[in-house]
Amino acid sequence: MSLLEAKGIVRSFGGVHAVAGVDVAIAQGEFLSIIGPNGAGKTTLFNLLSGHDVPDRGSVRFAGREITGWAPERIAGLGLARTYQHGRVLGNLSVRDNILVGAHHRLRAARPRLPGLGALAELVTALIHPPSVVREEAALADEVARIAALFGDRLTPRLEQPAYSLSYANRRRVEIARALALHPRLLLLDEPTAGMNESETAEMTTIIGGLKAEGHTILLIEHKLDLVMRLSDRVIAMDDGQIIAEGPPEAVRANPAVIEAYLGHRELGGEAVA
Amino acid sequence: MGSWLDYTINGLIIGNIYALVAVGLALIFGVSHLINFAHGSVYAVGAYVGWACFTYLHLPLPLTALAVIIVCGGLGIAIERIGLRPLAGAPRIAPLLATIGISLVLDQLLQIAFTPDPRALPSPLPNWRISLGGGTIGALDLLIAATGLVSAGVLYFFLRFTKLGWAVRATAQDRDAARQMGVDTDAVNRAVFAIASALGGLSGLLVGMYFNHIDPAMSFQATLKGVVAQVIGGMGNVPGAIAGSLLLGLTESYGVALFGSSYRNLFSFVLLLLILVLRPNGLFASARVTPPEPMTGTFVAPSRVLRIPPWAVGLALAAAVVLPLLPNIAYMLQVMTNAWLMAMLAISLTLVAGTLGQVSLGHAALLLLGAYASALLALDSGWPIWASVPAAGVLTSVIGTALAAPAFRLRSHYVSIATLGIGEIVSLVILNWESLTRGPMGVTNIPPLAIGKLELDSPQAAYWASLAVLVVLALLQSRLLRSHLGRTFRAIRDDDVAARAYGVSLDRYKGIGFAFAGFGAGVSGAIAAHLYSYINNETFTSTVSITALTMVILGGMGNLLGAIVGAVALTALPEMFRGTAEYRMLIYGVVLLLIRFRPQGVLGTV
Ligand SMILES: Nc1ncnc2c1ncn2[C@@H]1O[C@H](COP(=O)(O)OP(=O)(O)O)[C@@H](O)[C@H]1O
Ligand SMILES: [Mg+2]
Repeated sequence: MSLLEAKGIVRSFGGVHAVAGVDVAIAQGEFLSIIGPNGAGKTTLFNLLSGHDVPDRGSVRFAGREITGWAPERIAGLGLARTYQHGRVLGNLSVRDNILVGAHHRLRAARPRLPGLGALAELVTALIHPPSVVREEAALADEVARIAALFGDRLTPRLEQPAYSLSYANRRRVEIARALALHPRLLLLDEPTAGMNESETAEMTTIIGGLKAEGHTILLIEHKLDLVMRLSDRVIAMDDGQIIAEGPPEAVRANPAVIEAYLGHRELGGEAVA
Repeated sequence: MGSWLDYTINGLIIGNIYALVAVGLALIFGVSHLINFAHGSVYAVGAYVGWACFTYLHLPLPLTALAVIIVCGGLGIAIERIGLRPLAGAPRIAPLLATIGISLVLDQLLQIAFTPDPRALPSPLPNWRISLGGGTIGALDLLIAATGLVSAGVLYFFLRFTKLGWAVRATAQDRDAARQMGVDTDAVNRAVFAIASALGGLSGLLVGMYFNHIDPAMSFQATLKGVVAQVIGGMGNVPGAIAGSLLLGLTESYGVALFGSSYRNLFSFVLLLLILVLRPNGLFASARVTPPEPMTGTFVAPSRVLRIPPWAVGLALAAAVVLPLLPNIAYMLQVMTNAWLMAMLAISLTLVAGTLGQVSLGHAALLLLGAYASALLALDSGWPIWASVPAAGVLTSVIGTALAAPAFRLRSHYVSIATLGIGEIVSLVILNWESLTRGPMGVTNIPPLAIGKLELDSPQAAYWASLAVLVVLALLQSRLLRSHLGRTFRAIRDDDVAARAYGVSLDRYKGIGFAFAGFGAGVSGAIAAHLYSYINNETFTSTVSITALTMVILGGMGNLLGAIVGAVALTALPEMFRGTAEYRMLIYGVVLLLIRFRPQGVLGTV
């Protein structure tokens, strides 16, 4: 059974068919990559899977539930975490707080799930700050340190700095750290190495490889085919809102339709096919 | 029924007047994505320039109109130069606040020059009227209608067929692209502000003549009506603004017909809220276009916070506690008691506007709710004061949150407009719900503060009681800010899309934030009611909301200590200079303009 399964999803903006009938399924533990030239509809597909946008048609199932039309916060609650192509760190929050926001839906002591008056109970608990909350916060602080340590000494010394003061590459790392804090059952990464230089990309490849080795289920959008070839179990190629090829990495890379798609957009992503 | 025709015609005439204001606002929003809160002030200036031309220079109407156009057009250029252009790279909220600042300055200058008293502005037009249905139409009605039509026509011609008009449309569509194509967007902005302000001034003159009445307070009403009309028609949509204005005029007119004239504004604000909730893009926008997001992005300025060491805070608090022991200090105590009450409002607002990022322009309504709740509980239900004050806090929290809930789904400037409208609705409902609130009479003989038998009616006792409540509220808020709630609120402020993607429900956390803030503000209003012993629906007006926002900005958005410092500074300083009310508002206006130099406030955004 697939962890995530999207069937026949369609999303148009005016006349642009950004996603025009796409089926995707990803199994538990799988590493699936989506490639395709800019404007192929990859990010739009992510938005539809994560609840940021609602498909015009089609359905999405995740973790055994029909989630079409669900709000993103509900889908996050089921264990879906994502990062953003253009980065959406919380600029005025410290790196630590950014990562802790990722753990928001897991808070137990601080977010009592009482029916009805849950919000009021949450406020009162926050003000009283009972020992259970203190313990939970201590546990989370350890976890933040562990997650930050995944990125070597990139984030650890900067945990108390506001995110706006970080370099571009470090902000991308913070986003991934935040996603990991959610304890995701499925991780959606949208071009995690965009704007990174070669050595930073190599570093990121190692980190993502480590996540795969830990057993994370990952859906990756990426232009850098090196990374895709090295890590993917399976690759989907998209163009003009449709899937044009699907299968093992090597087969997709050799697929004439894929080469054609990239050549047709030479100026945008062509060099990546080298 | 002939009178329905009358109400229809009256509604269209009023709507046409609103249109002259709304079109200007829409033009400005179109090119700069700015809601120009100074627009109503320009309109008032137009009325006064007209009055001066008639009274002192005895000019005929056409020359007077020309003078109004020139003065107000120039004023528009100045507003663009001061309020918009220098703030291009500033946080998104800065230009909005700058126009509020300009508006305060202009309004107060008008008051100082012409006194706050209303004046007559008799129309020099011949006094004939045509009968139509059961009513009549006069020369002035026709002139107003003609002005509306002609300016719409001229505007259409300008936008369609002139080079500058083309540049305006290009800029409205995509500012950056227009600039890359060589459009001088500064010149476009200048032209648009000049045209819009000239139109606004002209409508001020005509409205003054229509009602034969002008006063400085007409400014704020005009801005409100113009904004409402624009929201109805869709922000930045010029034809929409005209249609929205007519619709607003008709709604008000029929509302007055059905319920009486004190319901006029209630109708327009309820209409505003309905539109914001049901069709936030305006009536004429196509359904699935993503809403235009005026000035989205981080609303607050990133900054390093100025940390005040705890011993300094302790020292200041100790000084505040022993202040009443000094001799000859009764007047100062009264001022400082007011400062503590304002500080309660300011920390409440800094939580909502600064920490949560929902810039409320209707926060004074919470004071009204708290004041009425405690006063009526004490007077009509016989509650003891020690119980009625906290109960008022709880009631304010519940009612305030319920009222603000429709605005939870809105973003950035729409939140400000909605809360402004909600604030006005609260005041108008209090005015009209006579059986509960005693209506325009207000509530008199409110008992003084007391704890059981212990009456706190000396200035010292009132001072200490207010200070103690403020300290408790501030301590609670600082606990909240250090909890996961502080983090979650700030996440919503910085990027609500990312926050939602990590499981943060906006409704829930905005609800918690407003509820907590509502309690503090409600308590402040309740204490004030017992200190003043008399309240009515205008005890706390939108001016108080703006004042509180100025305090919050001065201290640094979201900054708890900053809000208190801002409240003390802006309450006590004007007193030291023995300023009258006019000069006080002038100071607030100037402070809002000074954010240009330190957008993060004195102590820094948190
Ligand atoms: N919110 C939107 N409004 C209008 N068009 C959009 C929107 N989002 C995406 N598109 C269009 O949909 C197409 C696919 O975009 P996107 O999903 O971002 O592609 P990719 O991520 O593969 O580069 C593009 O043509 C883009 O312009
Ligand atoms: Mg993309």
